[in-house]
Parts: sequence; C-alpha cells; structure tokens
Amino acid sequence: MKKPLTLQVNGQVHELLVEPSETLNSVLRKRLRLSGTKKGCDTGGCGSCTVLLDGKAVYSCMTYALAIDGGKVTTIEGLAKEGVLDPIQQAFVRNGALQCGFCTPGFVMATKALLDAIPEPTEEEVREALVGNLCRCTGYVKIFEAVREAGRELARGRKRNA
Amino acid sequence: MRNPKSNLEQYTVVGQSIPKIDATEKVTGSAQFLIDIELPNMLYGKILRSGYPHARIARINTEKAKRVPGVVAIITAKDTPLIKFGFMKDQLPLKHGKVKSVRDEVAAVAAVDEETAAKALELIEVEYEELPPVFDPYQAMKPDAPIIHEEMKSNTVNLPFNFKHGDVERAFKECYRVVENTFKVNFVTTAALGTMGCIARFDERGDLTVWTNTQAPFEYQKDLGEANGIRGSRIRVIQPKIGGSFGRGMDVYPIDIITVLLAKKTGRPVKIVFNREEEFSASPTRQPCIFRIKTGAKRDGTLLARDAELYMDNGPYVSWGAFDARVMMATVCGLYKVPNVRFNAHVVYTNNPYSGTVRGAGNPQSTFAVESQMDMLADELGIDRLEFRLKNANEPGYITPQGMKITSCKLGECLNAAASRIGWKGRHKAGRNRGIGFASYFHVGGGARVFRSDGCGAIVKIDDFGKVTLITGATEIGTGSDTAMCQIVAEELQIPVENVQIVNDDSSIRPWDVGTHASRTTFIGGNAALLAARKAKQKLLEIAAKVLEEDVTNLEVKNGIVSSKIDSKKTMPYDTIVRRGHFKLSGEIIIAEAFYDPPNEMQDENYRGNISVTYGFGTQAALVEVDRDTGKVSVLRFVSVHDAGSVINPMLAESVVQGGVAMGVGLALTEQLIVEQGRVMNASFADYKLLTSLEAPPIEVQFVESSDDAGPFGAKGVGEAGVIPTAAAIANAIYDAVKVRVTEIPMTPEKILTALEHRQ
Ligand code: FES
Ligand code: FES
Repeated sequence: MKKPLTLQVNGQVHELLVEPSETLNSVLRKRLRLSGTKKGCDTGGCGSCTVLLDGKAVYSCMTYALAIDGGKVTTIEGLAKEGVLDPIQQAFVRNGALQCGFCTPGFVMATKALLDAIPEPTEEEVREALVGNLCRCTGYVKIFEAVREAGRELARGRKRNA
Repeated sequence: MRNPKSNLEQYTVVGQSIPKIDATEKVTGSAQFLIDIELPNMLYGKILRSGYPHARIARINTEKAKRVPGVVAIITAKDTPLIKFGFMKDQLPLKHGKVKSVRDEVAAVAAVDEETAAKALELIEVEYEELPPVFDPYQAMKPDAPIIHEEMKSNTVNLPFNFKHGDVERAFKECYRVVENTFKVNFVTTAALGTMGCIARFDERGDLTVWTNTQAPFEYQKDLGEANGIRGSRIRVIQPKIGGSFGRGMDVYPIDIITVLLAKKTGRPVKIVFNREEEFSASPTRQPCIFRIKTGAKRDGTLLARDAELYMDNGPYVSWGAFDARVMMATVCGLYKVPNVRFNAHVVYTNNPYSGTVRGAGNPQSTFAVESQMDMLADELGIDRLEFRLKNANEPGYITPQGMKITSCKLGECLNAAASRIGWKGRHKAGRNRGIGFASYFHVGGGARVFRSDGCGAIVKIDDFGKVTLITGATEIGTGSDTAMCQIVAEELQIPVENVQIVNDDSSIRPWDVGTHASRTTFIGGNAALLAARKAKQKLLEIAAKVLEEDVTNLEVKNGIVSSKIDSKKTMPYDTIVRRGHFKLSGEIIIAEAFYDPPNEMQDENYRGNISVTYGFGTQAALVEVDRDTGKVSVLRFVSVHDAGSVINPMLAESVVQGGVAMGVGLALTEQLIVEQGRVMNASFADYKLLTSLEAPPIEVQFVESSDDAGPFGAKGVGEAGVIPTAAAIANAIYDAVKVRVTEIPMTPEKILTALEHRQ
C-alpha cells in the first residue's frame, strides 16, 4: 500500500506516494531521476549510494523512504553551489582521487559528513570515517590525500570568514 | 614511431599531472554510467539460472510466470536461434538440454520493472535430472570423469599451450640448486563497483543499438552480431562511463545476448543490470590454477632452467581466461634471463563458474610462483635475494626464449631503487616478526598482437573556434587513458589541453580499435592520436603558410599561436588561421586521421614471436608484520617502482599503480570467492573481502627515468603493472618475517598459522 511521503531533497520539497518497500535510493534514482547517487550493491556493502540525511551520512539503499518522512536529504547533485564545486569536490579533482568514478559520489558525501563533524581529521580519522565506502580503482591513497586537503582548505576558508 | 629522446622537461603538457578530463562530471554525479541510462518505453530483464552444477533440463514451464501482470516476454532456449558462441563455440546464451554450472542461464524475463521481472522468475518451473558433476581439474582429467561437453569426448580443452626452448632436462642436471613447488591460485573476481549490464534497442529499420560496458567495442560488435545472427553493420555499440572493468569487459557474455534476444522479442528497449549477488556469482573470475614449477641455477647464481606445468580450472565455457596461459608462459620464460625453459598448460573443463581474464591476465598468478621461487633459490644458493635478481635481470637487447625483444629495460634500476627505498639490509633484518619481500614483473608495454590487427584509429579535428576533438577507437575504463591521449594531442599541436576534448563512446563514428587490454591504450591509442595530431598540425601550418604568406617550413606553433621563425610580424592565433582557411572561396577545414598498428608480431603456433613492441618492467618491495598469535599479516609499507617509459601524467599513472597494488594486496591476503560444489558461497561485499580504507597500505610509487623510442613521447603501458608482482612480494616478505612459505593465495591468517605450526 502506497503512503504519502514528504522529503526535502537538495532544498526542494517533494511530495510523493511510495510503497513501504521503497528505499531512499530508489526514490532518488527512479522517481526524482537523481542518478548521481549510485547503487553498487543495494545491501549496505559498498557506500556508493551515500547521501546526507539531516547532515549525517547514510546508505540510501538501506534507508526506507517512509521511515524518513519530513527528512532533509542532500545528494551529490546538491553540493556544488551555482556551478562552483564544493571544496571537497575540488580536492578530489585536484588530487586525482578517482578513476572510474563510480564510487566518487559516495566518497564525496561521506567526506562531507566527516568534515562537517571533524574539520581537520587525521589520516586515522579519515580511514575510520570512510570504512563503509569501497573503491576498487584507486587504492584509496589519493582519496585520503584529497579528504585531508579539503579539510585544510575548508579550515582556511572558515578562518578567512571569522 | 621515432621520437626525440625524451626529456620530458622540454614538453609543456605531456609529463604534467593534470586532473582527469572527466573528473568534474564524476565528482558532481553527472557522469552517466550504464545503470543511469533510461530510455522511453524501456523494459527490465532478469535471468533465471540453473542452480545445479550439472543437470539435464527435463521440462520448463513458464505459464504461471507469464500471467504475472507487467510481464511482457519470457524466453527459453527454444525461443532462440540456438547459435553457439565463445572462443570454442561451446555455449548457448540460454542453455538447451543440459546445464553445466549453477550460474547457467535457463530462462529470461522482460517486464515493466525489475521487481515484476524478479517475481516472474520465481514462478518459472524447471525440472532437472541431476548428473554427476566434477569440480577439480585433476579429477576432470581422469578417464572415468563425467564428461561436461559430451560432443568433445574429453574435459581437456583442445587448446595446447606448450612451449620448449633449450635442453631443460640437461640444464637441471647441471644446476647446483633446484627448487620445486606447487603453487595454487584460487577464485577471485574483478569486483568492479559498477556491475555488468546491457541495454539493447532495435530501431524502426531493425538496426540494433547496444549500451554496454565492453572494453573492446569492435570485437563486441562482431561477436554479439554472430551470436544473434545479426550482421555487424546493423549494430551500433555505445559505451557509457564504465564503472570499473579490469578485464571483465573482454568477452561477450550470455547477459549481452539475452538482452538483445529480449529486445528483439518485445520490440522495446530492454535493460539488464546485474545486482551485486549476480556480479559475484555470474561475472567472470580470475583464472584459477595449480602451478607446478621447478627452477634451477648454477653455483654462481646464474639461472639455468625453469619448467612449469599448469592445471587451469576453466569452468564449462572457454573465454579469454584460458588465454591467460599465454601470459603465464611469457613470464615463466621471460622474467629474468633463463636459457632453458619449458611450459605446459592444461585447460580443463569443470562444473565451476567459468573464468574470464582479469587485470594482468595471468601474470599475477605466474609471477606469484616465479618470484616466490626466486627467493627460495637465492636462499638455497646462499646469495642475497636482491643480488640474485640483479644478476639475472633482463636488460636491453635481451631476447626471451619466445623471441620477445627487450628494447628499453631498466629492471636493474627498479630493483635497486625498490631496495634502497624500503631499506633492504639483507634477509631477516627488518625487525622482530617483520619482513621485507621483493618481486619484479615483466609485462607487455607496447601493445600485444593477439588478433591479426593490434591497431587503433584516431581522428583529430580542429573546428572554427579552435576546439580540438580527438575521436578515437580507444576505450577508457577508468584509468586515465583519455586524459593521457588529450595531453598527447595538446602537446603535439602546442595548444592548451583545455581546448582538447575526446569522443570515443559510439562505434558509428569512432574508427576501429582492438580494445583495452594488455596495458595497451595509452601506448597504441596514444601513438594513433599523436599521428593524427601531427597530420592536423601539418594542415594547420599549410593553411597558415597561405594566410601569413610565409614558407611552411618557417612556421611553428607555440602556446596556440602560429608564427614565423624568421619574421616576428607574421603571427596569428591558431583558431584565426582555421577560420581564415575555412571562410573563403575554396576554403578547407582541418580534419586528419591515422591508424597506428604497431610493428609487433603475432606469435606462431609454437608461441614464438615478438608480441609487443616494448615491455614494461618493475619491482615491488613490501614491508610486512606477521602476528604469530593470529596469523594476521599487516602491510606496513609498500614500494612500487616502474620502468614505464616516460610518464605522460604522473598523478594518474601513480593512481593506477596504487589501485593495482591494492587489488594485489587483496589477492595476496584477503580475497577469495569460496566456491563449494560449483556455487559461490560468499556473494556479497560483507563476505568477499575487498581492501577497505582501514587495511589499505601506504603505497609509494616511483617511476625510474626512462623513455621508449616506440612510445608516444616515450611512454610504455602501465595499466596492469601494479597488481602483477604484489602477491609474490608479500609472500616473500612473510617468509622473511617468520620463515614460513605459503604457496597458496590468499595467504589467510589460517594458512599462516598452519604453516607456523608445521614449522615448529
Ligand atoms: S548501494 Fe548502498 S551500500 Fe552499496
Ligand atoms: S574510482 Fe572506480 S571504484 Fe573508486
């Protein structure tokens, strides 16, 4: 039985009717056509589907849509502002932190959640925070570099604004 | 082709670590992968698999499934033209009569959505009569073993991979020390983050368009056509962004053909994408094998002979995996200088999942065996492990027993660099329970002529706005080859790399290429791009000569400006030249094409021939710590040193090597598909242990200074290199740490503990 659902995605409010079995991943990808959020496993094993829910990183494939009625979701499409990449995205580009790019939206969103919580993480903290995201191409080395550089960059920005 | 001796400092774009040209679309989520493509009126397909390793199909009933609302078509073998496909033409896309593995395709459904298709699958009734299966290649070779392909009368595939050079028997008698072992490599899988998939659509004219993750679009066009009874001229192959491939995209698989069959039957576009469980259990695995090998050397440490006998568990259908034997042969015969060699491989049908080729194409498997033995032999001889390798290292001018001609080769330098970087002081000196291990590799680096053509076509077009488009047959599978080729074009034309774009996703416009394999794309595709750019530049200069009224030989391009070397007043931006040449009476436009087919050789039936124009070399060094209580191995440091010629983009090359090493560490320590009774028992990321961010070691990459005369701006291939010696380096490091030799990968804590117990 479909039920009504209100979701705010990247600042826009959506009112939908969804089945209890539908995941946030399926709502994002199939209904809202936001295909930047990937689906690498659908069982919570790879992190390629990571989005922010009320500021926290979640696997969209493991989140039932109806369970987050009224929630605020940020996807990879909501990160760049007016065509300017988020500093995390810029750091991933600059540091060569991606190859095939399938894992990248998930890593960027997980990084966003990390840096919002711990502005300048150590490498250990980065490793811990990203343990739920798999990358088969890069061996992670450049991802760690990008994340830490983005952290430093954001910290500099905050100091400038303070 | 000849290039000026490369000193990369003379270049402005080549040698620069610029970001991947598609990085922005990948960090914003706008890059379109196969799963992201939706077409109007599209249906979704699902495949029913047998679940039995070996059985006769007695009856299939699809009636109940057909009645599920939303189901549009269900097909079984009897709805298909029964055209066999594959190297040995040994399988049907939907099986008929018999199933030979649990993953065998029996029926397929197209429905309005995936859920409906899945529901229908459950309602298809199939009755099987079970047959005795065989899972072990040794068993399968016995005369009383159940025969998997009755018509072939034997489970040994008729693919002889036999080579012999010198007098191996006599040489072993002359050896001072000989080591002999059996190594085993188990099932692992590519585990690309983007799963396998296909979309097929027939248009009003009956022509077929397919969206696919293939690495070899033109081979795919041919094979898919043959398998469906459709002429290649009526097939258009489109490749969206590929979410990792690692060799998986070398063959045409049942999923591709079934998608086409469903599209044909329904007259609507059909999409099939594997879920992760299917990806683990029904995508090709790395070729597993049992490797019996013997190596001997003289008292002074000169290698004299190597002899290998392989048993390869092929599964029931032959794909590229079986041909990994060729690469294993090259390593057995060619890694280090060995005058007397013998290699025999037996490719054996079993009822296990069937193998494909995976990154390194057999080389990680054989290097594990060969390099483990290099350490054992060095110890037997009482020679330092590094010295022993240096003494036997390949060098320029050396020709391997198979006739592979080594041109540029800095293996010795790689060995020394790896040793000094990791801090090698001799055996058992790395600290308590710590050890250092080395392993080198030898791999094709300038194409590999495994088809009659090893070429790639390229077109370079300069438009009225100065935008340069490289249209190439070469396929990028994530590694950065597109970026490298754009850098090559920008360098040759002397324009900013931002002005270059690449188009290579549609077979209807791109020129032919054999495919992305054998680390060939930057080398072959890069040479093709360079040739086309050179021609385009010549045209530009010829037009400029008329516009500027200057002799063409006096003209040059620098930073996008064409000017005369002798008259500084004669100068103009290159895009202005293009427009001037175009918008006039009898105007012309700039478009140039080239086809680069390297001067390498197809091997003869005795496996002799210089298969690649040049070869890549390198050495890895691992520092590990072994926990004697748990058997757990931690990789504390990992050094990977390469002779990859001149490196077009160091940042991207480094990343590719790091990814290869991580894959190699997984192969060495954690990854294994547990296959029981032909069934994959750990078909999820929770149970199949890819390296995570916690275990990923620090990976230090170094490229020794090198340049290859045949490569574009001196480059050689490096795409597969990272993964090749990793398992061997780690095995050697484990031995150095705790003096146990593990001969089967993955070297799990249990195996280490067992070995430690045996030692006591
Ligand atoms: S798709 Fe959600 S974790 Fe893999
Ligand atoms: S870049 Fe391919 S999986 Fe991470």
